[in-house]
Amino acid sequence: MTALPPPPATGCGAAPVLKQRGQREVFCGLTGIMWLHRKMQDAFFLVVGSRTCAHLLQSAAGVMIFAEPRFATAILEETDLAGLADAQDELDREVARLLERRPDIRQLFLVGSCPSEVIKLDLSRAAERLSQAHAPHVRVLNYSGSGIETTFTEGEDACLAAMVPVLAETDADDLLLVGALPDVVEDQMLGLLRAMGIENVRCLPARRADDMPALGPNTRVALVQPFLGETLGALTRRGARHIAAPLPLGEEGTTAWLAAIAREMGVDAETFARVTDAPRARARKAIAAAAATLEGKRVFFFPDSQLEIPLARFLTRECGMEAIEVGAPFIHRDIVGPDLDLLPAGPTISEGQDVDLQLDRARAARPDLTICGLGLANPLEAEGLATKWAIELVFTPIHFYEQAGDLAALFARPLRRRAALRLEAAE
Amino acid sequence: MKLAVWTYEGPPHVGAMRVATGMTGLHYVLHAPQGDTYADLLFTMIERRDRRPPVTYTTFQARDLGADTADLFRRACEDAVARFRPEAIIVGASCTAELIQDDPGGMAETMDLGGIPVIPLELPSYQRRENFGADETFYQIVRRLAAPMDRTARPTCNILGPTGLGFRHRDDVAEITGLLADMGIEVNVTAPMGSSPADIARLGAAHFNVLLYPETAEAAARWCEKNLGQPFTGTVPLGVGATRDFVNEVRALVPEAQRPSEAGLRLPWYASSVDSTYLTGKRVFLFGDATHVIAAARVARDEMGFEVCGMGCYNRELARPLRAAAKEYGLTPLVTDDYLEVERAIEALAPEMILGTQMERHIGKRLGIPCAVISAPVHVQDFPARYSPVMGFEGANVLFDTWVHPLVMGLEEHLLHMFREDFEFHDAAGPSHHGGKAVAQPEEAAPRATAPAGTDVVTWLAEAERELKKIPFFVRGKARRNTETFAAERGVREISVDTLYEAKAHYAR
Repeated sequence: MTALPPPPATGCGAAPVLKQRGQREVFCGLTGIMWLHRKMQDAFFLVVGSRTCAHLLQSAAGVMIFAEPRFATAILEETDLAGLADAQDELDREVARLLERRPDIRQLFLVGSCPSEVIKLDLSRAAERLSQAHAPHVRVLNYSGSGIETTFTEGEDACLAAMVPVLAETDADDLLLVGALPDVVEDQMLGLLRAMGIENVRCLPARRADDMPALGPNTRVALVQPFLGETLGALTRRGARHIAAPLPLGEEGTTAWLAAIAREMGVDAETFARVTDAPRARARKAIAAAAATLEGKRVFFFPDSQLEIPLARFLTRECGMEAIEVGAPFIHRDIVGPDLDLLPAGPTISEGQDVDLQLDRARAARPDLTICGLGLANPLEAEGLATKWAIELVFTPIHFYEQAGDLAALFARPLRRRAALRLEAAE
Repeated sequence: MKLAVWTYEGPPHVGAMRVATGMTGLHYVLHAPQGDTYADLLFTMIERRDRRPPVTYTTFQARDLGADTADLFRRACEDAVARFRPEAIIVGASCTAELIQDDPGGMAETMDLGGIPVIPLELPSYQRRENFGADETFYQIVRRLAAPMDRTARPTCNILGPTGLGFRHRDDVAEITGLLADMGIEVNVTAPMGSSPADIARLGAAHFNVLLYPETAEAAARWCEKNLGQPFTGTVPLGVGATRDFVNEVRALVPEAQRPSEAGLRLPWYASSVDSTYLTGKRVFLFGDATHVIAAARVARDEMGFEVCGMGCYNRELARPLRAAAKEYGLTPLVTDDYLEVERAIEALAPEMILGTQMERHIGKRLGIPCAVISAPVHVQDFPARYSPVMGFEGANVLFDTWVHPLVMGLEEHLLHMFREDFEFHDAAGPSHHGGKAVAQPEEAAPRATAPAGTDVVTWLAEAERELKKIPFFVRGKARRNTETFAAERGVREISVDTLYEAKAHYAR
């Protein structure tokens, strides 16, 4: 196996962070409902918000989902704004009607939005009341996905954090893996850990309400997503211990993540090698195919999901790209610190956004590939810059060894496509 | 509080964005939290626009509340004017900013923004929706910028209504501009789409207005009528008859206007040709914005020979003209923006075809009913690369093709009747021009156990059920429903083969 470059002498861990305040071109936390409702198959997400919220969910879903989806918006109307007591009654009525129509629902999330936060509609009180009314069949929780408090993936963070207080207590010596992954990837992850002899493993969120994990002072926590700061805080407050590691993206990230867990759980080096050698080699091979296109190319990240730093680490160290700017909506140093340390010094690390100024920087730098949201992608393409939609990185399976090649290919595809299109006259 | 799964219209500020994005030289400063920036992707992705919508969002956060959201708005205005150098700006609030009551309109009017016109918008987010937002925004822009002036020497008109994200607006404008040119009438300004604030200022030079989309420009057209002395056309030229009516209306306004050529019009002959016989009396359900539904109903009945069995719209603002039109067809229209209600109506009516929006396309998919899309809300498919108007004479041709496409084709339908025993001609095979592959018919399941529970339950005897299955799938639903109605009306509890054919004879036309 060809070795990866050694960790850089100076990573980006100590690099200054550019913080600008201006227009942010990002989704709000409600968007997380798109993947959370798929992950938790007996959960329903009821946004208490405005027509804008409903329109956002519909637009973010891109194509409408064929079956009746497990999310909806309770649209606040003029009458609800006039008297708050009414809004609570109306909510009770809508929830009762909803649960009657959907007896398969076991968990209901009341999701706060910008308008519900601004009028201070107390959804925690509503959740408590509704939980009592519909117990034991349905548990009602609440969190805020509002754009004044959460950015895109922070919606998942808020949702998972809301679940932590109701998780059962345990003294068991176990491992809790936190962050929503597609089932197929989650199964691969559990398979790798099992092969190393780590058996007592639970996931948050679980696929069904009955499988929710327990938690206690002997629980160790590993995150599979970088945006779970609030959830991590809630877990550690309940006594769980965090295993810090690079995120399991790419061959290097996956190996480092597994190694950190193996160390913690006392897995010997021989077992570790036996389990990981073959998938590591496969991942390297798969990455190499796409890396040929990416080698030496320059990449610029607009802030989107907080996955930017681990992805930049993957693209620079495993695919031979050069990062110009790595923008993240928020940087949780506790979580992405190990990724930042591995990221070779050089790129501008930015947190938050003034989109017009950032666009000026991207235009000046003329990167070979720009990772950005859907609102910016076509306009930048029209200016001659190749782009990759950031949202695809959240919806597509990209974690762990078997997806490492797909992850590299996602970035290579826009460049390959540009090369493939020949629209000029022959001669 | 109202539970919504899918919505037909966005909030009113999205309507304002549709106006601003259609125009040039205009900028929209929107007091809104960061999540509202999702609206940009409607334009860059669905419409494949090559530049960002001309919108600056203040993207205030929780920590700004009660502190300096107003200051944030002022800075956003100054930055936007300095960076984009617009000829005019519109300012307003989205739903959340409406609640914090910063009064962006009032603030912007007191600011020094280099003397450009500042047009404040009051769009009540908790009462109104997208079409209202577009209509009101365009009206405010026109009211502010247009003024009476000398008319052009030659007869000219303005085309009012097309916006960003409009259903086929791009091609409808081209088609109607061509039609008017053919009549000897030049278009002075098309607005909002394609116009700048300077263009709006010279609206008054036209002799009359063509109100192409009442949903987005009726208020402006009425203002122009009153203040600029410009009459406007009331007929939306969608379909052959309506286009001819529109031509007559224009000729009444401009006596010297020529009759346009109908050389490229094919719908009348295509609809008369024998292959189209099978379209006769097909029961269609229409749903969309009121304007498109009213016009499409006339095409469906008078130009395609369908039977209009139900119609409705999601925009209450135009419910009145829809109700009047529905009377023509002996129908009470469905006026709702509740997708589930529309689905229930379609399920109950069991039409043979739906002419609807992208939402109804999904309903149709679920219920196995063919659907053609006639109205917004739009989808990336509604912005085809090819020229594809729905208005004017070419638009009529497009309608014919679009509406026939989801159906089994004429000759094919006859073949299905003739060779219905053939193993390839069964339900799952579907129309041959839609791809997929023919699969062998599955073995017939064991006959249903007959167990009538209540007294009002009509039961199909096994033999009748088998006979029903021999009827081609695209008329089977109707046959089943007719037979059951026939049986129920006569108190027949068990449907035999005889009942089936008695019902058939009863409903024969």
